[in-house]
Amino acid sequence: MKKLTQRIDKERLLLGIAAPLLAIVAAIVVTTLVILATGKNPGAAFSDMLTYGTASDSQVYILNKATTYYLAGVAVAIGFRMNLFNIGVDGQYRIAAFFAAVLGGALTTPGWLSIILIILCAMATGAVWAGIAGVLKVTRGVSEVISTIMLNAIATAIIAYLLQPGKLAELQSGGTVVSTKPLAKDAYFFQIDTGAAGELWGFIFIAVAVGVAYWFVLGRTRFGFDLRTVGQSESAAAASGVSVKKMIATSMLISGAIAGLIGMPTLLNDSHQFSNDFPTGIGFTGIAIALLGRNNPIGIALGALLWGFLERTTNHLEFQGYDKEILGVIQGVIVLCVVIAYEVVRRYGLKRQQQRVGAELAAQAAAPTQKQEVA
Amino acid sequence: MKILYGMQQADEGTITVNGETVVFHNPADAIARGIGMVHQHFMLADNLTVLENVVLGAEKLYGIGAKARAKIKEISDAYGLNVRPDVLLEELGVADRQRVEILKVLYRGAKTLILDEPTAVLVPQEVEALFDNLRELKAEGLTVIFISHKLGEVLSVADEITVIRRGTTVGTVQPEGTTTKQLAELMVGSELPTPETEESTVTDLALLEVDGLRLAQTDLDGVERIILDDISFTIHKGEVLGIAGVEGNGQSELVEAIMGIRALNAGTIALDGTDISHVPTRHRREAGVGYIPEDRHRHGLLLEAPLWENRILGHVTERPNSRGQLLDIKAARSDTERIIEAYDVRTPGIDVTAASLSGGNQQKLIVGREMSHAPKLLIAAHPTRGVDVGAQAAIWDHIREARREGLAVLLISADLDELIGLSDTLRVMYRGRLVADADPATITPEELGSAMTGAATGHLEHTEDDAR
Repeated sequence: MKKLTQRIDKERLLLGIAAPLLAIVAAIVVTTLVILATGKNPGAAFSDMLTYGTASDSQVYILNKATTYYLAGVAVAIGFRMNLFNIGVDGQYRIAAFFAAVLGGALTTPGWLSIILIILCAMATGAVWAGIAGVLKVTRGVSEVISTIMLNAIATAIIAYLLQPGKLAELQSGGTVVSTKPLAKDAYFFQIDTGAAGELWGFIFIAVAVGVAYWFVLGRTRFGFDLRTVGQSESAAAASGVSVKKMIATSMLISGAIAGLIGMPTLLNDSHQFSNDFPTGIGFTGIAIALLGRNNPIGIALGALLWGFLERTTNHLEFQGYDKEILGVIQGVIVLCVVIAYEVVRRYGLKRQQQRVGAELAAQAAAPTQKQEVA
Repeated sequence: MKILYGMQQADEGTITVNGETVVFHNPADAIARGIGMVHQHFMLADNLTVLENVVLGAEKLYGIGAKARAKIKEISDAYGLNVRPDVLLEELGVADRQRVEILKVLYRGAKTLILDEPTAVLVPQEVEALFDNLRELKAEGLTVIFISHKLGEVLSVADEITVIRRGTTVGTVQPEGTTTKQLAELMVGSELPTPETEESTVTDLALLEVDGLRLAQTDLDGVERIILDDISFTIHKGEVLGIAGVEGNGQSELVEAIMGIRALNAGTIALDGTDISHVPTRHRREAGVGYIPEDRHRHGLLLEAPLWENRILGHVTERPNSRGQLLDIKAARSDTERIIEAYDVRTPGIDVTAASLSGGNQQKLIVGREMSHAPKLLIAAHPTRGVDVGAQAAIWDHIREARREGLAVLLISADLDELIGLSDTLRVMYRGRLVADADPATITPEELGSAMTGAATGHLEHTEDDAR
């Protein structure tokens, strides 16, 4: 009996890895075809990606990018575990980063305190922004998909309005960039100097801590169990004593708070101010990464690294005479394949397990009756 | 039945229609062979007219216009169905809807009609009208397969009766010269365990007191529908209170109200002397309410989660599942092993998903889980529905055993034998009210059945004339 359980587990693991692998292989095949169609050599492109992508300065770049992406992936994954589709991560992190930057520019507190205050401000802003969608869903039944999309647009408008000289922003000395007041030097987050390869952002440690917390809270606590229960079956959750509405609102708040962290690596380690060229669209990247990583803390990390790698290397391809749109093609194909592969593998796995359990029990049941007949 | 209608495939055996062996891969194959089915739950769209409902999915037959209307009229007149094609479906009552369903099937050219528990939702007069319709159909040369667990109806309408018990044919009899009693014996089978409780264990300590419970729902048109009205009862320690009733008369809502899933409009619920009318579900569970839900897939299990997580479900705040805010996975897992052993859950391990177990084993896991937290009150809704005979006997044994130790049980079931056998007190629910009570020691299923349709109210006395 134990053997069967083990076998099922091994099989489940294999199936779990099969899906993303399948997706990536499919993506490589499609990309090859696309490059061939443009009349270029795909082999050279892939080898360039590999050599350039593994160079030490690329490694640091990828890790820095992945820090941001990882936080985005986790923020989205929290919603996914609840069966909530928080498309609004994008607006949440932008408005959170903006207000955190405004606060940071105004602070005159000691550096360590400023950093804590800035991060808390970002998390609170993100939580409030997501909370609006949560409250709407719980009280009025508004789909979180619709409300968060709209909140994204509202966030864009609010930032555009406030990010003007004379409002909450100022014109920088160059005369072309409008930004919030830059942070004081002592409010910069620490970095690790890796020499010629560049600076590794210290925020990566916060990202790791978030990942560990995500794993621990979901898998090891009562709260996490309740959250997963609601995600798997709202009716069973309600019957088991979970207040579904409260859970929806709470998880939206948490998702938003984590979303608030997304802009922090950039703000505290890199730009030190919120300007009109602050990175956008990372919330959507987070959706892709959460899908790719199957909402698993390690899976999301791998997805984030892959995304960083693709971005770094395809940028370089452009200099080699390839079209830069190749990035979009690869990313799009991966996400599509992943979604399809997971669903196929999930259904196959469930069915296969049912068959196996059935077969095993039938064998068990048959054994004693045969003996009886003999006797 | 599902095989006959092509919804499932048979592993073995053949189906012969008009002397021809056929295989149905889907309902369309069955319809093409002239087999039509009237489902227990109507498959009709409220916002369409009768005509539109009938032609939906069969537009190719007679179009959707005048020709279809003429055909509907023709069928309706031929069999005395009295269907008006242009009425909106939502304006029709249950009996009229059923006639629309029958017409739908005939419209598609069915020569053999399968009716699945057609009388479950009808009042006696409507049942008579339906039987008249069926006799008309018969007279016109159609074949009707009438599936019912109401013996009297079967005897009055059928020309031949086949009794199926637990998936096999146990006998075919002629209705002439067969009594309901003989039929019941065939159905139940004397060798099967009967859910009989030996000695009374009822104490005079009230455990659950429900008083003046009322539940109403305002639908979209602003009309208030009363779901439960003036429900009052008391269950004592060691008592099993059975509630009989045709499904959909408020039983599910009553259970949800006691579990705290639905908010009350009026009335109080007290558990062991404490008012729990407005206490959240989790606290009620912690206070000692065990719950075997009627739909285990929707309310009792996480189908895609492993068994040990399902063991935690509903009791996440209690030991051995958690300590403080943290889950105690090790303890939960080993306790799952214990439940599997003690309750004879047939599974290769605790890491398989709940979905891979058979219905009976899923139910045994739920019973084991609920019994493992020393409940004071057990709410058992159809505890043995869809469960094989072995598991059924085991579940009855567990309920009886716990009852001896002072457990109070609210039993809701469609299986009248189960109700009569297990209960110490019986109440009958009809249209959201408790309309009758009975003594399970003397009452017969037939007498209970008449109260379930609202024909009898008050205290039901067993009379020798009725027994036949």
